[in-house]
Order: sequence, then C-alpha cells, then structure tokens
Amino acid sequence: MTKEQIKATILEIIAQIIPDEDLSNLKGDIPIREQVELDSMDFLDIIMELRKRYGIEVPENDYVQLATLDGSAAYLEPRMKKL
Amino acid sequence: MDYDVLIIGAGMAGLAAGIRLAYYDKRVCIVERHHRVGGLNSFYSIGRRRFDVGLHAMTNYVPKSVKLAPLPKLLRQLKLKAEDFALCPQRMSVVKFPNKTLRFNNDFGFFVQEVVEDFPGQADNFQKLLKTISEYDELDLHAKPLSAREVVSSIIPDPLLIDMIFCPLMFYGNAQENDMEFGQFVIMFKSIFKEGFARPQAGVRQILDVLVKKYKSCGGELRMKCGVRSLKCADGRVESILLENGEVLTAERILSSAGYVETMKLLTDHSSSNLNCRAGQLSFVESILVLNKEPAEMGYNTTITFYSNSDRLGYRKPDQLIDVSSGVICCPNNFQFENPLPEGMLRITNLANFDLWNRLSEEDYRAQKAACLETTLKEVVKFVPDFRDSIIFTDIFTPKTIHRFTGRINGAVYGTPAKIKTGNTHLDNLFICGTDQGFLGIVGAMLSGISMANLHVLQKT
Repeated sequence: MTKEQIKATILEIIAQIIPDEDLSNLKGDIPIREQVELDSMDFLDIIMELRKRYGIEVPENDYVQLATLDGSAAYLEPRMKKL
Repeated sequence: MDYDVLIIGAGMAGLAAGIRLAYYDKRVCIVERHHRVGGLNSFYSIGRRRFDVGLHAMTNYVPKSVKLAPLPKLLRQLKLKAEDFALCPQRMSVVKFPNKTLRFNNDFGFFVQEVVEDFPGQADNFQKLLKTISEYDELDLHAKPLSAREVVSSIIPDPLLIDMIFCPLMFYGNAQENDMEFGQFVIMFKSIFKEGFARPQAGVRQILDVLVKKYKSCGGELRMKCGVRSLKCADGRVESILLENGEVLTAERILSSAGYVETMKLLTDHSSSNLNCRAGQLSFVESILVLNKEPAEMGYNTTITFYSNSDRLGYRKPDQLIDVSSGVICCPNNFQFENPLPEGMLRITNLANFDLWNRLSEEDYRAQKAACLETTLKEVVKFVPDFRDSIIFTDIFTPKTIHRFTGRINGAVYGTPAKIKTGNTHLDNLFICGTDQGFLGIVGAMLSGISMANLHVLQKT
C-alpha cells in the first residue's frame, strides 16, 4: 500500500467506527482526535482493526505515532508495503 | 493453551468483554455456573410470568444524537446499534422524603429546576456541585478515593438536600454503608440525573439476548452450567482452571466477573484470613407484586420512586431482616412503551440482612417472607396509591436467594466497597471485571468488561 492508500484505509476504518461523522475535511497533520469525536476507546479500535484486517501489530508504546493521519501513514508504510 | 482468554461469568461484564475479544479474533470462552446468563441482572419464570432480577431501569439513557456518553460509547465498542437494545425512556421518577419531593426525568434541566424551586437557598451551591461533578475525571483508574459525603457537604450545607441526592445514587449502585466513593458518586449522578432511565419493553432479556447473539456470531464460546471449582496457581500466574465437572482448561489470561473476594477464594493458594473483611455487606429484599390493573389506572404514573420516611437516609445493613424505612418502588409499566405490558406490576426493593435471612429454618424463612411483605406494603402505600386490593400474585427474593443464584458473598449485589479499578490482582494473568472493578449499573458493568478486555488483553498482545 502507498501512503495515500493507507490514509484512505484509516479513514474508512474511522468511518466504520463513527458512521455519522463528516471526515471529508480531516487534516493530515492535526491529531485525528482533535478533529472528530473519537475517544480513546474508539482510537484503540483503529489499531485493533488494522490487526484484524492486515495482521499488523502496533505495540502500545507506538500508539502515539498514529495520532495524525500523516503520522499513521509514515508509521504504517514500511509495515504495509507488501499488502 | 486451550484459550487466549477465559472469562468467568456470563453477566453483563463477562459478555461485553467476550464480545470485544471474540470480535478481535481472540480464542475466548465464557464459563457460567448458572443455566441462565445475566448474573446479577437476569430473569426467571413462575408459571407463564417472567420476572427480571436486577434491572429496574437501565441508567445512562441518552438520545441517539448524543455521541460521547457511556451508552453510545459501549454500543460503538460492541459494534451494536442503538436500536438493538430497544430502550424506551421513563416517564417521571421521584425522590420522596417526609416533607420534600424532588422529581426528575431524562431532561436534566428539569431536575436542576426542581432543586432550585425546592431548595432556593441552595441554588448557587447546587450549581457549584454540578461544576465539581463535571470537572471530575471519574474514569481515571488511578484516582485517590475521596469521601463523597465530605466533598458534597463541603459544597452543600443542607443535609436534607444531600440525602435526597444521595438516595437514588446509593440504592442503584453503592456497595459502601452510609457514604460512597466520590468517583462512584459522579458516575452514578451522571448516569441517573444527567442522563436517565429507560427500559426495553421485553426487560433485561432484550439486552442479554443481543449480547449473547453478538458474542456467538463473533465466534465466542459460551459454556453454561459450567462452574469453576478452582484456579491453580504457580509462579505468580494462574496455570490452569479446574471446572466443577472435573475438566481442566488452560488460558493465557483470565478475566473474572465473579467478584473479587469470590475469585480470590477460587485460588489454590488463597489465604482467607484477610479476605472476608473485604466482602460487601449490602443486600436487598425485592418484593414483586403483579396487579390486576395498570398502576396508571390508580393515578400512579411514576417510573421509579425512591423513598425515605425520615429526613436522614439510613443506607446500611439493617440489624433486622429488612429495613422498610427507605427503599425503591419501581413500576415497570411506567416507561414510554409502544404497547402496554401484559400486566400491572410493582417491584419494591429494601435493604436487608443476609446473615439473619440465612440463619432461618425453611419454615421460618417462608413465614418471614410473608411477614416482611406485609410490613413493606404497609410502609410503601404512604408513598404510592394504596394498591393492595389489586394484588393478584406476589414473589419475594431475599439476600439468600441472591447468594444462591449469583454466588455473591452475603448476597451483596454491589460487591465489595473496596473496588479494584485497575482490575489487577496479585497474579500476572488474572484480572477482575464487573461489579468489583467499579463501574456500576448495567451500562457500567458492560463498560467494565469492555475496559478490562481492552486494557489487559487487546492493548497487550
């Protein structure tokens, strides 16, 4: 997956968790949780969904790297390259 | 290993934890000793009638448009829709003391207005209390325990208003006598006054059916009539689980919703000496009365009445079988249902003493149930219309009944007063969820299962 595909995947996962939220204006460099109503439990589900779908393990200490869309793409790119 | 996670107890907490884990592909098994799911919130039948245990009303009700509250939070976590629980909001509830009545419904502004009108001198202080409540982080698992009575009385000097606020919060979820932990107070205050009451038309079975169905569809295994005899410990871990049927299971981690002391007693290395003092003491008698008409036909439209016949609320283990001086009267009919329930019903809950009930001979036990019912009815008709001529069926359950069906020591429905908020035990792979972890009520119990599954399993592996 490319960075853009990874971002699209994350957005799709967020849309599944909070279907009523408008995600079209989400900025890549601002923490996702500052832009949409997503609590820490919802945030955990993004990581859980990545594991469920693609078998990607994100250790607890690395959760912060996924705070923004850009950060997620950068962190996940090497791990999702072959997908 | 047979399982990634073994969950003890198929109540609200165990089922919710199970859904989380099974959904995220953990190999999970819930073992339940009873032949029915639900634990402290279950149901039973006598003849063609079905009765709920536990659930009077589900707290934490918010309309679908509210997103960041416990109920929508748990629906999202369990991948359920708001419609799945089919919740119907309450009509109106009251706190009735000898000379004051405070009404509340699911519109918080209405309750605030009631307090201001009935206690005009306390209006500013009440606002201060609301500010303190909204600024407190009740979900902080590491918060230092505070006395709610100390915090609230430092803000509101009127003891009557304090006890009227405490009354519903204590009866619906407090394991401690006379006082409660401030974090618990905040959780209960929000769940009852700021949010509100609702009930599915079909009662607690609606919720349980949805949870069981979801759990199974995610691939979770549920074993009924499957009690745990002991947990074998070695090197600071639970090594294996011995079931009552003699079977031995192994699991990477164990989540127990059986209660803290109850779980500790299952350990092969437990020392019971200092355990008993941690056991909860508060239990209840519930009198269930089926009526030949809807309570509304008698002019009674209230959903829940919390009453006290004295200005000072006595919330403690009574030194007699039952304490009818305060209690809760629930009318399951008085929710905003689309169709009326088949029969009129009132459920009355009063504090009771487990030891005294447990000590009675079978004959005395039956006689005392009848005598206590009469005392209860005589007291509650001071707070609701006299419905005694309309009673067509009665059933009563006592602390002894609760103990028998849930395994809770002392029949203590709200568990130990010393909650284990982090869920940790002295063993590396054994965690507590449910009532003794500390999020109370039905929504709280489910959130407890979810949080503990997240914290101790999903985030760790």
